[in-house]
Amino acid sequence: MSNKNGALLDIRNLSVEFETAGGTLRAVDGVSLSVDAREVLAIVGESGSGKSVSMLAVMGLLPWTAKVKADAMLFQGRDIMNLSPAERRKIVGKDIAMIFQEPIASLNPCFTVGFQIDETLKMHTNLTSRQRRDRTVELFEAVGLPNAADRLSAYPHQMSGGQCQRVMIAMAIACDPKLLIADEPTTALDVTIQKQILDLLVSIQVEKDMGMIMITHDMGVVAETADRVIVQYKGKKMEEADVLSLFEKPQHPYTKALLSALPENATGDRLPTVSDFVFDEAPQTGARP
Amino acid sequence: MSEIVLETRGITRDYHIGGGFFGKGRTVHALKGVDLKVEKGKTLAIVGESGCGKSTLARIMTMIDAPTSGELLIDGKPVEIGKKGVDPEMRRKVQIVFQNPYGSLNPRQKIGDVLMEPLIINEKVPAQERRERAMEMLLKVGLQAEHFNRYPHMFSGGQRQRIAIARALMLRPRLLVLDEPVSALDLSVQAQVLNLLADLQEEFGLTYVFISHDLSVVRYIADEVMVMYFGEAVEYGTRDAVFSDPQHEYTRSLFAATPRADVESIRKRLAEKAA
Repeated sequence: MSNKNGALLDIRNLSVEFETAGGTLRAVDGVSLSVDAREVLAIVGESGSGKSVSMLAVMGLLPWTAKVKADAMLFQGRDIMNLSPAERRKIVGKDIAMIFQEPIASLNPCFTVGFQIDETLKMHTNLTSRQRRDRTVELFEAVGLPNAADRLSAYPHQMSGGQCQRVMIAMAIACDPKLLIADEPTTALDVTIQKQILDLLVSIQVEKDMGMIMITHDMGVVAETADRVIVQYKGKKMEEADVLSLFEKPQHPYTKALLSALPENATGDRLPTVSDFVFDEAPQTGARP
Repeated sequence: MSEIVLETRGITRDYHIGGGFFGKGRTVHALKGVDLKVEKGKTLAIVGESGCGKSTLARIMTMIDAPTSGELLIDGKPVEIGKKGVDPEMRRKVQIVFQNPYGSLNPRQKIGDVLMEPLIINEKVPAQERRERAMEMLLKVGLQAEHFNRYPHMFSGGQRQRIAIARALMLRPRLLVLDEPVSALDLSVQAQVLNLLADLQEEFGLTYVFISHDLSVVRYIADEVMVMYFGEAVEYGTRDAVFSDPQHEYTRSLFAATPRADVESIRKRLAEKAA
C-alpha cells in the first residue's frame, strides 16, 4: 500500500450537501474515517445522521444534486473522488461492494438471481460463461443457500427475505472485494435470521481478510460485530472508539444517551430518552425535516 | 379478582389458497388453537417471527377478521363476527395501532380530521365538542395545538406514531392492540413512544396486546409473554417466568439470537475472535 498509514479506505473531512427549497442541507459535515483491511468498523446513528449518505458518496451512488467535498478520499492509497465514472465503475462492485437494507427491493424482480450474479461477474472478470456458472454455485454454497444449483433459476419473489439477503451477500462477494459496506443488512429481518446473516458476514470477513463497514442504528448489532465504532449525529462524528471502550465508558453525552435508551438497560419504570440529556452540538444551518 | 378484558378460547384460522389453472388448492393453518387471557391494565406481549400468525391473531382480536373456530370474548361477552356482525359498542372497545406510521395515515387528511373521524362515525357529538376532544388528545400524546391543521408528511416517524396512538384512543377503548408499534422507529424515539404508552396505560387503565419481535422491548414493557411459532403458542407465562426459565426449544433459540449489548458479551466475542 502506498499511503503512509496503510488504511484500506481513508476519508478526510467529507461533507455532502444538498440544495433544497428550504436552503442548503448539510447531510454529512466534516466526517473523517479510515478502515483497515481485516477490520470491522461500525457507523451508528439514527435516521438522518448521514451514515448512509457518506457511504453512498464513497460508492459514487449519490444523485447529481449532491455536492460531495472532501480533503481526501483514498482507497488503497488511490484517490477515488476525482475518477471518471468509467474508472470508478471498475472499482465499485469489484473492490468495494455494498449490501443494502431491503434485500427484496434491491434485487431486480424481472431476472433470476443467477442471472443477476452472472452480470456482476461478466462486468468485472474474464471468466467464461461455464466458469461463471460454477462460480455462482460456489458463491451460493458459501452463503448457505440450500440446493445452490437449482436456486440459480429462482426469481427474487420465490425467496424469503433472509434468502434474498444471502443472494445480495453472494453478489457483493462475487469478485472478492477488499472492502464490504453493509448498510443496515439485517434491519428488515427476524432476529434468528439476523443472527445467521451477521454470523455469515463476520465469517466471510475473517475468511477473505476483508475490511467491513457496518452501518446500523442497532447497538446490539454493533456489539455483536464491530471492532471499532463511530457514532454519528446530524451529519457529525460524535465519538470514535473501539467497541469495548465505547460500551464500557462512553465519552460523549450523545453516546451515553443512546446506550441508556436501550430497553435492556432500563432501571426505573420509564426509559431515559435522548432529549433528557443536554449536550452541546453546534447549531445546524439549513432546514432539517 | 380482576376483570378479564380479553379472552380467546381455542382460536384457529385457516386460509384457503385457491387452486389455479394448474395447481390444487391447499389450506394454510395460520392459527392452531390459541388460548389467552389478559387482565385489565396489563400488557400481554406476543413474540414471534414473520409468518408465525401473530398478525392474524391481531386481526381476529380487533374483529377485522373472523376466526375459523374458537371463541373470542371481550369483557366476558362472546363476539361472533362471522354470523351476526359486531355491534359498534364492541368495536369501540378494541382499537389498533399499526407498525408503519408512514402507511397508516391518509396523506390527504389533516391531523385534526384524522382524530375527529372516529367520533363522526361512531358517536353523535356536536362539532365543537369533537374539536375539543381531538385537541385534548393531541396534547395528551405530546404534540402541540398548532399541529391540528397539518398534514401527515409534515411529521417525523415518532410524531406520526403518536398521532396513530391518539386516533386509537379517541373512542376511549378498553383494549389497544399494538402491532409492532416501535419497530420502525429510531432508538431514542422508540424510548419516547414506549414511555408515552406507559403513561397512557396508567392514566386510562388501558389493556395492551403488544406484538413485537424485539425481545428487549418486550422484556421492558410486558407483564405476560406469549411466544408463537407456526401458529401455536409454544410458551405462555409471566414475563419473569418466560425470560428466566424458557421451556420451549424455540424460545431458547430466540433468546440466543438476540444481540447482546453488554460489556461482558463484547469482551467474550473479542476474546473468541482473537483466539
